Amino acid sequence: MDKTAYEIELIGVTKKFGSLYANKGASLRVRKGEIHALVGENGAGKSTLMKVLYGMYRPDAGEIRIRGEAVSIPSPKAAIDLKIGMVHQHFMLVKTLTVAENVILGEEPVGNGGALDYAKAAAGTRQLIDKFNLILDPDALVADLSVGEEQRLEILKLLYRKADILILDEPTAVLTPQEIKYFFDIIRKLSSEGKTVILITHKLKEVLSISSSVTIMRQGVTVASLPTAGTSESGLAQLMVGRPVVFQVERALRTAGELEKSPAVLEVKDLTAMSGKGHTALNGLSLEIKKGEIFGLAGVEGNGQSELIEVLTGLRRPVSGSVKVLGEAIDPAGNSARKMFSLGLAHVPEDRHKKGLVLDYSVAENMVLGRHREPAFSTPARMNFEGIAAFAARMIGDYGIYPPRPQLRAGALSGGNQQKIVVARELSRLPRLLVVAQPTRGVDVGAIEFIHKKIIETRDAGCAVLLISAELPEILSLSDRIGVIYRGRIADVFGAKEATEEKLGLLMMGGKAG
Amino acid sequence: MNKNTKAFLINLGVTLAAVLASLVVGAFFILLVHANPALVYRRLFEGVILNPYGLAQTLFKATPLIMTGLALALGFKASIFNIGAEGQMVIGGFVCAWLGFTFTGLPAALLVPLCLAGAFAGGMLWASVPAVLKIKTGAHEVITTIMMNFIALALTNYLITAYFHLPETVHTQLIAGSAALPRLDHYVPAFRGSPANVTLFMAAALCFAFWWLIWKTPYGYETRAIGLNPSAAETGGIHINRNLLLTFLISGGLSGFAAVNFIMGYKHYYEEGFTQGVGFMGIAVALVGQNNPFGIIFAALLFGALSHGTLVINALVPKDIIQILQALVILFVISSNLLAKKYMARLTED
Repeated sequence: MDKTAYEIELIGVTKKFGSLYANKGASLRVRKGEIHALVGENGAGKSTLMKVLYGMYRPDAGEIRIRGEAVSIPSPKAAIDLKIGMVHQHFMLVKTLTVAENVILGEEPVGNGGALDYAKAAAGTRQLIDKFNLILDPDALVADLSVGEEQRLEILKLLYRKADILILDEPTAVLTPQEIKYFFDIIRKLSSEGKTVILITHKLKEVLSISSSVTIMRQGVTVASLPTAGTSESGLAQLMVGRPVVFQVERALRTAGELEKSPAVLEVKDLTAMSGKGHTALNGLSLEIKKGEIFGLAGVEGNGQSELIEVLTGLRRPVSGSVKVLGEAIDPAGNSARKMFSLGLAHVPEDRHKKGLVLDYSVAENMVLGRHREPAFSTPARMNFEGIAAFAARMIGDYGIYPPRPQLRAGALSGGNQQKIVVARELSRLPRLLVVAQPTRGVDVGAIEFIHKKIIETRDAGCAVLLISAELPEILSLSDRIGVIYRGRIADVFGAKEATEEKLGLLMMGGKAG
Repeated sequence: MNKNTKAFLINLGVTLAAVLASLVVGAFFILLVHANPALVYRRLFEGVILNPYGLAQTLFKATPLIMTGLALALGFKASIFNIGAEGQMVIGGFVCAWLGFTFTGLPAALLVPLCLAGAFAGGMLWASVPAVLKIKTGAHEVITTIMMNFIALALTNYLITAYFHLPETVHTQLIAGSAALPRLDHYVPAFRGSPANVTLFMAAALCFAFWWLIWKTPYGYETRAIGLNPSAAETGGIHINRNLLLTFLISGGLSGFAAVNFIMGYKHYYEEGFTQGVGFMGIAVALVGQNNPFGIIFAALLFGALSHGTLVINALVPKDIIQILQALVILFVISSNLLAKKYMARLTED
């Protein structure tokens, strides 16, 4: 094959961290102007390989060719000189500056007398925005942007630096379904203008809908590189995980008759609550969840989901309305997370880094966070660290958490394994009410299957489950009943069989069900 | 465990190297004032360690530094920056002395614990104001504790001047003899002349208690979790405000307790300015000691030695040289420890 046809070639890249291989002879070939998906489970070495390409890591072995020429990329600066740009998962923006100011940061146009030529900066920025249809206001403050806009700004920064190769690390993890659609339009536009795009992801549906070719990594090695046409979700998943993966976890749906007889575990009536910013987030919301059912709550983010979770988990005081758990009315004044846990609550928070884990604590210490006052784990004078380590080792075994080392810092684990810690901890409470939010966000397919199975097992054990997720397929594949939340109220509730993505989508946008 | 030992040894090595480096740089400043660095350092070393009286003085100066160092370190664990140690120590000292010269009829077995508890309680009382302000209103403790320092100083100065001073002095009357703590020269005759006293052992015991509290108890587990990720701690059902209040109060109590060394172990009265900045030095001790009780002992001894060293080399160089050395030690130790941390992180993750 003619080597010059490739824009990027990574050949036999090996990168070791201590005694661990992150990449072991990994290879990647991408043609000019294509949208190339790089997929693999967490820890498969995708990000490491891309950081090698972006000059953040020096490979221990291997060759890099850009536009047919062997190069060495010792720093991100060198990568930018080669017209390679990368958007990281966590954005790197200065919130107090405007869009244009962020774009020019580091390459400021200078006008008369060495002063910053802001007009020129804004004009250059606007030109790029129009060319790639990015829909941003150059003079807007970054602090006022939505996540989707911030991401477009990151791409804009690369375009301003004349990048021809764009590496995007998990770009859709933070976006709502609507934003994703728009984001894909931009990616296609970039590709049609001759830009080469590498998309790191583990959402296989997205791979199929956007990419022209795909490279699959597993345990530091590239296992296959194929044109996307002709692949399927299950085929890709099998390559990623190394075994067949089930997408629809088997479950027996609860019938309306069964649910009728089942006692209510959670009863919420006319709940009103303020958001942290002081506007009404919950506006007379009512819902009821029965023993042994999964109630899926669908909705565009920001319609009161977070506040509902906070009220139910004792972290926010409602303005009015009532919450009953197993028939017992919760007194908002004396409520706390600890009180709710004592009533049989378990809580998988929506943001594991912020709320689910103390990343600097070990896996074992995290495994008892919130349960650490239980007699099995401590007396008032002493933590029972031996007992905690034994418990953690058991959970690590049950949940297949990798690496299986209770004393390892939780922050050193991959996202999927971190999420398994949170799920293991919360389900080990043997809850009667489980509030689980975005349980598989940023988690790879193998772990998604496992976490879904565990949630269904918990339901089958008689727990009432409130599932909040931005992923409609997740809601549809797990729930017995589905409610749509819109502007702080439940717009409508469906049985699992009547619900479709279209019906839910319409209600989520504020429409009426037909 | 093995990894921890290795990390400890690396840390110790780096710290010692940093102290050495600060002495080297300090030598230039000594040359600037036309003195001989070798001679100054030899005198200093002899005067603060080798000679028994000097060693006792170093221990005496280190004692309250250990306590304020612990006070700051405990706060840091929960992300509380208690700059009010100075004021808490002043109030603790005043309460301690007042009890000591008021309840003179009590036997030692009662009066000593009472005065000790008074010192601790005085510090707690003074810390309770910024603690409650922080929890109820979110007022930042750096501001409020500094203000409380001014109030503490002004208040005690007023009380002393208006009511409690002995004529022609700025100190109170003596506390009861039964409240005085034994000096170390009772046991080690070579320490004769130094006020080093048994408060030193209390400081050592507090270090052990601190270690146990932070690393072994559920309270410590919760405190560290709050310091590292308050959101996750709250979601996990930890009562953040309750913990912050308790931590702030204990921190204040430890600062107040630092007064015992002077009041019950040395002069046996309360005197204006007796703290000599020990509350503020606690910040440096906690930082250099990396919030670790054993590191804090090391740091307190180091700063105690330098503090006594001022007198030792007084004849050779101006006392400002010692202040320069102190500042250099802080700069070198803290920056080198940060570098070592980065290096070790790379070792484990890279």
